[in-house]
Amino acid sequence: MDLFIARNVSKQFANHKALDDVSISVPEGTIFGLLGPNGAGKTTLIRIINQIIAPDEGELIFEGRNLQPNDIARIGYLPEERGLYKKMTVGEQSLYLAQLKGLSKAEAKKKLNYWFEKFEIKGWWNKKVEELSKGMQQKVQFLVTIIHEPKLLIFDEPFSGFDPINANMLKEEIISLKQKGATIIFSTHNMSSVEELCDHIALINRSKVILNGLVREIKKTFKTNTFEVSYNSFDGALEPLLPSTFSVLSESHDADHRHARIRLPKESTPNDLLKAMIPHATIYSFTELIPDMNDIFIQAVTSQNAQTLTTPLR
Amino acid sequence: MNKVLLIIQREYLTRVKKRSFIIMTILGPLLMAAIVVVPMFLATRNNELKTVAVIDETGIFFEKFKDSDDLKFHYLVSDLASAKAGFTKSGDHALLYIPKPSVSLPSNAILYASGNVNINVKSYIRNVMSKQVEELKLEAKLNDLQPDKANPIAVDDILRSIKTNIDITTLKIGENGKEEKSYTEISMVLGMFAGILIYFFIFMFGSQVMRGVIEEKTSRIVEVIISSVKPFQLMMGKIIGVGLVGLTQFLLWVVLTFVIITAVTTTMTRNSAGKQSVSEQFIKQNPAISQQAQALAVEPKGQSDNGVNEVMEALNTVNFPVMIGSFLFFFLFGYLMYGSLFAAIGGAVDSEADTQQFMLPVTMPLILAIVISQYIIQDPGGPVAFWFSIFPLTSPVVMMIRIPFGVPTLEVALSMVLLLLGFIGTTWMAAKIYRTGILMYGKKVNYKELWKWIRYK
Repeated sequence: MDLFIARNVSKQFANHKALDDVSISVPEGTIFGLLGPNGAGKTTLIRIINQIIAPDEGELIFEGRNLQPNDIARIGYLPEERGLYKKMTVGEQSLYLAQLKGLSKAEAKKKLNYWFEKFEIKGWWNKKVEELSKGMQQKVQFLVTIIHEPKLLIFDEPFSGFDPINANMLKEEIISLKQKGATIIFSTHNMSSVEELCDHIALINRSKVILNGLVREIKKTFKTNTFEVSYNSFDGALEPLLPSTFSVLSESHDADHRHARIRLPKESTPNDLLKAMIPHATIYSFTELIPDMNDIFIQAVTSQNAQTLTTPLR
Repeated sequence: MNKVLLIIQREYLTRVKKRSFIIMTILGPLLMAAIVVVPMFLATRNNELKTVAVIDETGIFFEKFKDSDDLKFHYLVSDLASAKAGFTKSGDHALLYIPKPSVSLPSNAILYASGNVNINVKSYIRNVMSKQVEELKLEAKLNDLQPDKANPIAVDDILRSIKTNIDITTLKIGENGKEEKSYTEISMVLGMFAGILIYFFIFMFGSQVMRGVIEEKTSRIVEVIISSVKPFQLMMGKIIGVGLVGLTQFLLWVVLTFVIITAVTTTMTRNSAGKQSVSEQFIKQNPAISQQAQALAVEPKGQSDNGVNEVMEALNTVNFPVMIGSFLFFFLFGYLMYGSLFAAIGGAVDSEADTQQFMLPVTMPLILAIVISQYIIQDPGGPVAFWFSIFPLTSPVVMMIRIPFGVPTLEVALSMVLLLLGFIGTTWMAAKIYRTGILMYGKKVNYKELWKWIRYK
């Protein structure tokens, strides 16, 4: 079941269309990656989900019905541009933000106690935020985002400002939130974290969704039937030995082995390649080259940009 | 609604706990008390001899004004016109004219002077006159009375009936002998004071609202908060919270100033002789009724004539319900209206340094209101006063200056309605600028841009 659906959402700012007929569905209990280059419209979409701004057109469905103003109590949002009141103490501030999300004071205190202990930051309660380091502030910020145990969590560039150790801790925390049943929308430029965390993605470029679906399905569609082979005991060019439909993308060698990347036509299987090579070489390794999210991102964005160059903007 | 209360609470508590708030709360009253006490102190020390010419058409007060070290009276027999004409050359401090009333005893007098009349002099004249009139009234009353056992004298009634308030108008005589109204009247001072107070309050706490918004923007907390509450709620919560801080400070100032002034003046006050009130004398002269009177003697009147009493006396002439009521209204809505404009400025810029270009048009009407206040006082019923006192951006200050002079109810109502509309309009507009501005970083904003924001859906 989809926890959140945006249907045909458009948003026009004075002289630029931030979102153009954008539709996404976020299945319950998954991590959904919202990707796209800078200025693509991700933040606008996220702000619309948080009801900070209203869309010009389109429908927003949360838990099967129209998104309501008081649904914000069930959404947790960690914006990209984030901060805290510098002069307030960590404790007061956390209490305040938790209460704004609809928790009672007693509830908020209880939950904050639990999390402060878990994150081992009990000693910070009476410290002013300006006395904390950037990373410490980020921890507090993350904590107040999830304190009201929202159904839907939205993290915009959550890892910025974290050192690798804390980033890892955060990653684990995000995974454990998912296991506890939260649905997470996750916006980032860090593609390796997308591969690690996301089940679904939507790629937005120039105000439009250009790619949408399960990560593994998307990867499948972006596969090019390319393989990397390590082999030996064979000198000379590889290309003449292979069927003419096969193309050798690159050849190299190191002290021990020679390596080649070969793209096969759609109808050929890896076995065809092996059959062609085995008579001439000893094969040490054979792997399919699966595009990573980084490649997919770049490929999808550049191809759309090329398209819009040929088709004039309306 | 609950969330707005939370915001108000935070805005209020964080500010009230600040060291600067506590320091200001203590320093303010000291300063204000000094402004009141020092001139008073200097005035009592002023031993320069002053002479007052008296034209007494009634003849009642002949020889009643006693000369003292620094104040001498001399009676003129000439008529008012020639006395006025010769006034500037005479070197007198003031010319007291007591007109003959058409009926009964005099209840008013006119004091002509070239400058402002010393407040002690005026107070002394008022005391002497009212005492004299009261004595005459009492005499008349006692002659009428035929006390007997069945008909005991109602002391309360007598004392109440003889109580006299002498109205002294102060008029200025210019070089050429022309009359102008003097502006020392307490009600005018009060109006001016109320206007300036509103001006300062709007400026001080309006810019606090603005700084608060900028702080939220630069610390980047604003987006976290507006994912929990509507931008409008955050804006109003801040404006109200800061307004309450201002009211708290203001209240503490009034209380502390009052305490300090009272403490200082009581130590300064000397008991002047011969100031025994008529009622006390009356009781002494009539021991038969003293028992009944004792209850009344608890509140002796006519104490030493220092400035505070003068002020207190004059305050009685002001229509306080109207004054306070309209003050609260103009104060409140003036602040709320400007507060939202200041919040919009804070929302539109990235740092305090960028506020200049937007501050000017917002503060201009306020400054203008103060600048033209001198003119308003001279012609409180004129067209300039009228238009400025109904235009919402200037009405809070200008109307407060006008009110003590008496303003037709219809005009006050019109001004209030327009202010209310102005408040709704500016808040609506400010909210639109604010909600877009707080999410904009690193963008130089101009008026064209703001206009676009206002038109966003």
